[in-house]
Amino acid sequence: MPDTKPADGRLCVRKTYKLFIGGAFPRSESGRSYPVRTPGGDLLAHAARASRKDARDAVVAARAAAAKWTAATAYNRGQVLYRVAEMLEGRAAQFAAEVADAEGTSGKAAARAVAAAIDRWVWYAGWPDKVAQVAGSANPVAGPYFNFSVPEPTGVVAVLAPAGSSLLGLVSVLAPVIATGNAAVVVASEQRPLPAVTLTEVLATSDVPGGVVNLLTGLTAELAPVLAAHRDVDAIDLTGAAPADRAELERLAAGSVKRVLIADEDWAAPPRPQRMLSFLETKTVWHPVGL
Amino acid sequence: MAAKASGRAAPAKAAPPGRGQAPAPAVPAGMTAPQGRWDYAAAPESTEIVSIASEYGLFIDGESAPAADGKQLITLNPATEAPLAKVALAGQADVDRAVAAARAAYEQTWGPMPGAERAKYLYRIARALQERAREFAVLESLDNGKPIKESRDTDIPLAAAHFFYYAGWADKLEYAGFGPDPRPLGVAGQVIPWNFPLLMAAWKLAPALAAGNTCVLKPAETTPLTALLLAEVCQQAGLPPGVVNVLTGAGETGAALVAHPGLDKVAFTGSTAVGKEISRAVAGTGKRLTLELGGKAANIVFDDAPVDQAVEGIVNGIFFNQGQVCCAGSRLLLQESAADAVLDRLRARLSTLRLGDPLDKNTDIGAINSAEQLGRIRELSDSGDAEGAERWSPPCELPSRGFWFPPTIFTGVSQSHRIAREEIFGPVLSVLTFRTPQEAVTKANNTPYGLSAGVWTEKGSRILWMSQRLRAGVVWANTFNRFDPASPFGGYGESGFGREGGRHGLAAYLDA
Amino acid sequence: MAIEQAIEQAADGPGGLRGWPAGGAMSGTALRRVLHGLDGVDEVGAVARAAALATRSIKKDAKLWALDAAVRMIDLTTLEGADTPGKVRAMCAKARRPDPADPAVPPVAAVCVYPDLVAVAVAELAGSTVGVASVATAFPSGRASLAVKLADTADAVAAGATEVDMVIDRGAFLAGRYGQVYEEIVAVREACGDAHLKVILETGELVTLDNVARASWLAMLAGADFIKTSTGKVSPASTPPVALVMLTAVRDYAQMTGHRVGVKVAGGIRTAKDAVRYLVLVNETAGADWLTPDLFRIGASSLLNDLLMQRAKQLTGVYADPDDFTVD
Repeated sequence: MPDTKPADGRLCVRKTYKLFIGGAFPRSESGRSYPVRTPGGDLLAHAARASRKDARDAVVAARAAAAKWTAATAYNRGQVLYRVAEMLEGRAAQFAAEVADAEGTSGKAAARAVAAAIDRWVWYAGWPDKVAQVAGSANPVAGPYFNFSVPEPTGVVAVLAPAGSSLLGLVSVLAPVIATGNAAVVVASEQRPLPAVTLTEVLATSDVPGGVVNLLTGLTAELAPVLAAHRDVDAIDLTGAAPADRAELERLAAGSVKRVLIADEDWAAPPRPQRMLSFLETKTVWHPVGL
Repeated sequence: MAAKASGRAAPAKAAPPGRGQAPAPAVPAGMTAPQGRWDYAAAPESTEIVSIASEYGLFIDGESAPAADGKQLITLNPATEAPLAKVALAGQADVDRAVAAARAAYEQTWGPMPGAERAKYLYRIARALQERAREFAVLESLDNGKPIKESRDTDIPLAAAHFFYYAGWADKLEYAGFGPDPRPLGVAGQVIPWNFPLLMAAWKLAPALAAGNTCVLKPAETTPLTALLLAEVCQQAGLPPGVVNVLTGAGETGAALVAHPGLDKVAFTGSTAVGKEISRAVAGTGKRLTLELGGKAANIVFDDAPVDQAVEGIVNGIFFNQGQVCCAGSRLLLQESAADAVLDRLRARLSTLRLGDPLDKNTDIGAINSAEQLGRIRELSDSGDAEGAERWSPPCELPSRGFWFPPTIFTGVSQSHRIAREEIFGPVLSVLTFRTPQEAVTKANNTPYGLSAGVWTEKGSRILWMSQRLRAGVVWANTFNRFDPASPFGGYGESGFGREGGRHGLAAYLDA
Repeated sequence: MAIEQAIEQAADGPGGLRGWPAGGAMSGTALRRVLHGLDGVDEVGAVARAAALATRSIKKDAKLWALDAAVRMIDLTTLEGADTPGKVRAMCAKARRPDPADPAVPPVAAVCVYPDLVAVAVAELAGSTVGVASVATAFPSGRASLAVKLADTADAVAAGATEVDMVIDRGAFLAGRYGQVYEEIVAVREACGDAHLKVILETGELVTLDNVARASWLAMLAGADFIKTSTGKVSPASTPPVALVMLTAVRDYAQMTGHRVGVKVAGGIRTAKDAVRYLVLVNETAGADWLTPDLFRIGASSLLNDLLMQRAKQLTGVYADPDDFTVD
């Protein structure tokens, strides 16, 4: 376990990496943990190994939080998300160190990834009060009716975070889910979960209501089927699932007609709105126009 | 019903005594009503305009051909049970051939074709549907059992309108909001239901073709004829061979189609159970999928509703197309303070509905599409009796042949009854009550489905409040069952995903 | 539904509906409460319903029945500044015997004239079943004092009118002075004596269907025997959605009070097809009980010959020549 400030000779205080459910930081109810190592094999920490029941609790927390988060004004959601970016900026050095450890990259490359992640968060923070104007419409129907379509959050979205890109990839899949008013249950990269846990510490002290983002660390292959089959999950992003597992997860998701997204991307490339649109429902309202 | 009913019930109370209203005016002798009740004479639409062949082939690569194994099925007139025609039953070999034809057309003609040219083909099809509208309407009513007034005034005009609408998109896709150069997906396999046979074909084909895809369309087993007439229209419009292929057949045909590895896209409209099966079949293949599935819509009537229009909306919501509509307003949620008054008027209104010959221009309620569907409706309705709900139908004589079910209302229904939870897909309305707007929303959303909802109130702010909270893809406020090619349609939750209609409908057929 | 409650409340309150349901004293406040407690009318829905009923296809015997019924329901009307005794006498002859070539054609329900020509019509129609209706109350605008309106009515009744077609004060109605409109109808009703009172709402000036429903109830509460759409002098005159709303009102009123009020549509109804569509509206809204001249009338003039032409076609199978029928 590398000590963060070995130079001054002081014995540092190590962090316990926990789950993030409903705004709290529990250990796994199962009491299990698993070792997290650098790509080079050095032990970084023992992360909580979430169980099926933790996944269930996370969905319950997300469902409870979704209504309030959805009902918040889009302006407010944008403000809250921007505040998260501000706090990420303040912890940039810590994230860079964790990303470097997790991904085995140089400090410079990690710093670039963290900067990109913060910028991506800012990009999404601007979307809540714009996406309805881009994805909605007034529809010129052939009759005396006012007809409009508005995008609405689908509800609770399970996200299997990318295995490789521990922070930029995570932000790229998480931010579009919550920017659109959904609540998320995220399974962090199994091998590189620590930056994700630190992100939840930022979220916990931001204005994002507890339960809007829930983070599970553990074995993706163990947690993903639970979330894919869970009937109270409205959508699932399988981007972080191993390619060989995706078909079975899709089959499980079919049981409750989940919206399924599989979209591998180059996380360094500029983002597009498509991920957000995957977690929006279009509602169309008709009303007569008359005297 | 109408023909048999003796009009509205006599007023319960006698005229009040005293000054009040003057006594009925002295009517001079002779100034009396004509003798007898006014019964509308039969007004059947002529079937002369349609010529139904004794046998139909599959439409593959621009030509009609029998199934490779020579199998056929018989399509009936559900109003009489008389056979209409023998239709080819496509098997795996036919599916292979149709997908190959569609692939070739995609790669060689339709894919490379400029959008402006594709548009002109679609406009041609739209015009041909208008020109032959009556022919399509009569054929649809014969094959499906729906009243001619519906096929004539709704199904066929909307189908034509759909082609018109999407024709105009074909050369404007870069402005549709899906990026600067949206690409078609390739070959689409499309499986459609029997409740709106031609209209559903239009909903599937028009956006797919506009976006540059080619199609293999599988119409429902019991209603293949208008899709085959549409194939003829495509042929006459000069549509290049293989761009549209029509595979008639049964459930196995649809299963073989959606499982075919040559497809890039699967689109399905039908039951939620089959939708889930298709979803599983498509899993892991990378095929794009859109589903338009079942529903159990709440039609919510507040005590300040425009009651007579609400009653029309309730009737239209559940008896349009015999209730065989995925977005049917099958759960009537009445504010308790208004429930009796609304029910009184609703019952009186139902007594004026005319059930019978689908080709009679005055028929309001036609035949149920198939014996199988009739069985499902009966089974679920019987469960309503068994679970203690109270059944009511207007006096109604059903024809002795064919598949018929009377307009039916169940009162005293609670959320736990099967008839309040399961899609009946028939002319059966379950009536529940609520006390507050929040309770209405809670009950309305208490279903795995989320296709549509209705709200009736004269209070604008309440309409918007309700509309925000109802988990449904379409909310009809002070109206119900309106459709338009410019208006996105599709569900939340287990009612499916993806939208049909409008700009949103293009997304299902573009790689964006 | 809200109406019963509103009426109950209004009747219990100060200045309540003493003497309700018809012609009793009612305060403007009580009336407002009642009329604004009526169910709203969604115009688009009402128009759609009327349009749907217009697609009914009436053929063969049903058409013949409807054509005959429509003839019997006509108030054959002339309301021109240029009316003369000669014109009225000719019209009365037509009213008694619409088709001299076919005695099976029934007479119309009534003729409708200005008050000064009532005596001519009464004399001409003596011994027939045809009623004599007179417009009154400063028809068509209604812009005169109550005294003048009552004198106008009394004139018509004294001259032998069996039916009086009064106009409401649309200005007062639109200004919300429901009490004044109500009192005028009650007073005219009184002045009518035994004559049958039709209250013209002039729906083209009321504009909204909510107003049509309110004016219908106001007139019924005040004691109208009939509510009538229009004077024929304002466009739009009768329209199917307006008729639909009025037929709904008489249906609901009958259900509440047991008393059936009639409906008269007037203005612009020139073809048999239009007339049959109105009969469909009656049949499927108020109900078959209203398909009688006692409860449904059509104010018209040129309509009659079109009905006769269609009737002849229906009986002979041959399209008729307009000159087969008399023009008066």
